[in-house]
Amino acid sequence: MRDDVLLSICGLHAGYGETEVLRGIDLVIHEGEIVAVLGSNGVGKSTLNRTISGIVRASAGTIRFAGIAIERERPRDIVALGLIHVPEGRRIFPNLTVLENLDLGSYRRASSRRALNRERVFSIFPRLYERRSQLAGTLSGGEQQMLAIGRGLMAEPRLIILDEPSLGLSPLLVEELFALIRRLNAGGVSIMLVEQNVVQSLEVAHRAYILAEGRFLMSGTAGDIASDPELKRTYLGL
Amino acid sequence: MPRGRAGARAPRSRLGLSRCRSSEIVLSPAILLSALLNGLLTGAVYALIALGLTLIYGVLHIINFAHGALLTAAMFAAYFAFKTFHLDPYVAVFLLTPAFFVLGYALQRFVIGPASHGDDRNMLLVTLGLAVIIENALLFEFRADTRTIELPYAFATINLGFTFLAVPRILGLVAAFVVAAVLWLMINLSDIGRAIRAVAKEKLGAQLVGVDVAHVYAVTFGLGTACIAVAACLLVPTYYVNPTAGNAFVLVAFTIVVLGGMGSIPGALIGGFVTGVVESLSGLFLGESLGQIGIFLTFIFVLLVRPRGLFGAGA
Repeated sequence: MRDDVLLSICGLHAGYGETEVLRGIDLVIHEGEIVAVLGSNGVGKSTLNRTISGIVRASAGTIRFAGIAIERERPRDIVALGLIHVPEGRRIFPNLTVLENLDLGSYRRASSRRALNRERVFSIFPRLYERRSQLAGTLSGGEQQMLAIGRGLMAEPRLIILDEPSLGLSPLLVEELFALIRRLNAGGVSIMLVEQNVVQSLEVAHRAYILAEGRFLMSGTAGDIASDPELKRTYLGL
Repeated sequence: MPRGRAGARAPRSRLGLSRCRSSEIVLSPAILLSALLNGLLTGAVYALIALGLTLIYGVLHIINFAHGALLTAAMFAAYFAFKTFHLDPYVAVFLLTPAFFVLGYALQRFVIGPASHGDDRNMLLVTLGLAVIIENALLFEFRADTRTIELPYAFATINLGFTFLAVPRILGLVAAFVVAAVLWLMINLSDIGRAIRAVAKEKLGAQLVGVDVAHVYAVTFGLGTACIAVAACLLVPTYYVNPTAGNAFVLVAFTIVVLGGMGSIPGALIGGFVTGVVESLSGLFLGESLGQIGIFLTFIFVLLVRPRGLFGAGA
């Protein structure tokens, strides 16, 4: 067992009301890793993310982040620990400017280094600097995705969960996005990449989990999973 | 303004006299101008009440049915601050505004929020219940008696040459602008202000950057309640207090909020002034007691022509 575990999830169950969506999830992310969580629509990927970030309450199981049990914590306290969730659909603030969106990224964490982190985000996304005084709702889809990630980076994440970041982007932008994920990871951020885009996710990830019907069907290194013929045929449709 | 006690209209009764004497004077520019000015001054208090209502609507997406009862409670507080502690309402405003902010914060955080069990729509019903409780508690404690306070300057006027302006109303105008400016600065330039705007449009996104939505809701409710504490202190010198005194104002404030655009702060301000002027002018032409007809006619007209209100965002 490696001792650099950043996130560990054990026997996690969660859902909405009577409906149980997650039925016993076990997952580990080590410091510095890119871990892909793959699966088609409706298998519980977003519920898993929402449970990790405290929006949805776990009905059973434990979640530990950096050694601290967080399955009963509120979202604000989980953000304060440095676990940042960039949600599906971006969820940027359309009525605020780009700059204000970024500033709110450091609402709970790293607010004393706001100016510095702004510079850093603008150096990663020069486009956001050009658009800084514009209302975020007027940005294109790709720019909104940049803003969502940039807003996440403002909190100096230790682990960033990217939920379907490639959704709705053009193939060229998707290419850029995966290059960015590699760059962020090289800069020291651990990444949990939750995607339907199997091929490209497996190219950047170190390890991967395949989620089906609320349970992990299999897990392993990205290479092993990419070359598993059974998996390719039945679950990934390749 | 809903009809106050007779003496509250010192400057206007002078106009009333001249109107009786000769009908052509009614249309003289001086009288129109003075009606316009008085309307603006009345509108300032309307604007303050509407500001609180629209702020709460814009962020919590509920109509705060307790607004009128809280206004009444604030008027009672200003009344007793004067009667018991001999605090001038214009001094008491500096104590009551923060006190009502805390009251509003606590009501939302510990009563309305928890009682809605996570479904925001339930908050509407809780505020309705709260209104019934507050009103009846006031009725139980103070009976239906109408109370007034006597202040030496309550009927002081400033002579502009062509008209007289009531000093309390001028103070009301100043206060409305100060409150609007402070709110605007806070909402646009502070972290909590940005969080308030963020929660208004994108609650999940706000939670995920670490904004505590329950706290933001409570701060917003507190700010809305603080606005009516200011309005109450401005009203008490010239208006009466009884357990339903606030309702007439809040009825007008509801129409202002819709008129200006639900949730719009400039809409509430400008809607407040427009409504004050409309009421004043229709009072001039139709007679004092029919002044409010003009408000509701304007309201219906605006809804027909521009259903989202003057400054409302599209659906």
